[in-house]
Amino acid sequence: MFLCCCEDVTLREWRQAYGEGFSEMESLKRYTGLGTGFCQGKRCLSEAAAELAALRGAEPATIRLTTIRPPAEPLTFAELAALDLDAPGAVPRADGRAALPAPTAPEEES
Amino acid sequence: MIPLSRGPVPATADAVVIGGGINGLAVAYELAGRGLKNIVVLESRYIGSGSTGRCGGGIRAQWTTKENIRLAQESVAMYENMSAELGYQVFFRQGGYLMITENEKDLPALRDAVALQNSCGVPTEFLPPSDCRKIVPDLDVSRLVGATFCPKDGTAYPFAVVWGYARACHRRGVRIFIRTTVKEMLAQDGRMRGVVTDRGVIHAPVVVNSAGPWARHLAAQVGVSLPNRQERHEIMVSESLKPFLDPMVISITNGIYFSQSLRGEIVGGIGDPHEPHWTDPAEFDTRSQLVFAVRFARALTALYPRAAQVRMMRQWAGMYDVTPDHRPILGGVPGLEGYHHICGFSGHGFMLGPVTGRRMAEHILTGRPDEIITSLSLDRFERGDLQADAFVVG
Ligand SMILES: Cc1cc2nc3c(=O)[nH]c(=O)nc-3n(C[C@H](O)[C@H](O)[C@H](O)COP(=O)(O)OP(=O)(O)OC[C@H]3O[C@@H](n4cnc5c(N)ncnc54)[C@H](O)[C@@H]3O)c2cc1C
Repeated sequence: MFLCCCEDVTLREWRQAYGEGFSEMESLKRYTGLGTGFCQGKRCLSEAAAELAALRGAEPATIRLTTIRPPAEPLTFAELAALDLDAPGAVPRADGRAALPAPTAPEEES
Repeated sequence: MIPLSRGPVPATADAVVIGGGINGLAVAYELAGRGLKNIVVLESRYIGSGSTGRCGGGIRAQWTTKENIRLAQESVAMYENMSAELGYQVFFRQGGYLMITENEKDLPALRDAVALQNSCGVPTEFLPPSDCRKIVPDLDVSRLVGATFCPKDGTAYPFAVVWGYARACHRRGVRIFIRTTVKEMLAQDGRMRGVVTDRGVIHAPVVVNSAGPWARHLAAQVGVSLPNRQERHEIMVSESLKPFLDPMVISITNGIYFSQSLRGEIVGGIGDPHEPHWTDPAEFDTRSQLVFAVRFARALTALYPRAAQVRMMRQWAGMYDVTPDHRPILGGVPGLEGYHHICGFSGHGFMLGPVTGRRMAEHILTGRPDEIITSLSLDRFERGDLQADAFVVG
């Protein structure tokens, strides 16, 4: 059974990685590649976390998810290069240049 | 890899190493290989969660100071053998580094650098712009004025490297504790006594501070004042493509660098002179900024127009631990026996980690002075012996 359809990670591989000692989401993601494909984990992360909880014999709510990275959808370099950082919605930084409209990662990264 | 451990930390150790990045794991591995028993590595989050796991994985011997060249050269030799040595595939690949410039006035420095590197045995050559296309066929060379190329430079997958070291440490009996934070370093009567962690106290005569961007903060607890400052650096990865790019391309003009991973992704970043810097870990901000993605995309498509239709998948950020001369700080400090630091690597601690770990382990166990460690010791800032390396990029 596939857990991550973008990167072809099966449930068995996820469990095997856990058995090799990769005991948390951040390391499991890097080792298996789960959540690093086109959907960037939108389809698989919660299921993978639930599976990790089962492996640990813990409540799903105790599992720390991976940090979500921008962009929300993959963008081409041409699209990115053409963005106008002075457009409305782009928040100026202290040095007068534009920055991301809103924080994209939790306050404290895991 | 290292599972979460639930028990308390041991009450005593022969050496405590702070930090589960490349430097902490490499020095622990080398200490164990020289017969030291009872070594404990403490990592506050997970293996590679600091700068190491954020980095670009680039490894090059193209520098402009002898210490950096020699360290990197020895490190390249270690990387060549690393998968076999650690029994773990670290995805080291020698596609070379192409260092390009758009600025006429860099050319004498580039030629001097080639001469210095050649004198150390590094096979770098100077290339006119047209020859760059033999190495990267679709590179837009119209604005370039010259480049240097060293075919032995390369990249490795940073996580595989730290996982490989962690497993090899484990085989040598090193105990690694993740999710374990050093709260305090203990010193008394001019010697290190151990550390206080959030899971108990460990008494130890030797403490290695390899906490990367957090090293300065920890050192201050035992009265060691490091001149390092910490800055955010951003990086990104694209979708996977068929192999098309052998070397790491790096511009000393605008600081862009990009290479292709063995998974096929373009991995790259670009330095930003406007970024703030911090010294207090509470201020570290590794959130991503749109301005980075836009600057990177503009610089990449200008140099490599065929990348225009490639999609960017993710961006992230990490910290550089920067010293006034962009060279690491190694060794101990007079009057504090048992204390050692391996920090201040700026943007090149991944490539130097294996060799600094090896040299530091030898130095810690034998007490013998090491020429390079001596020249990179903390007191160089008092001696005024500063030689900034000009090839600091990214
Ligand atoms: C975007 C980016 C790109 C880079 N690209 C390259 C490159 O291409 N090539 C290159 O050579 N270098 C590169 N670097 C630099 C390189 O990543 C660092 O120099 C190197 O990883 C430093 O390794 P380290 O082991 O010293 O520190 P770290 O990897 O930061 O390890 C320190 C560890 O200590 C832990 N820690 C901190 N405080 C405590 C505590 N109190 N208790 C317990 N644990 C603690 C942290 O969690 C961390 O894991 C890059 C860096 C960044 C940010």
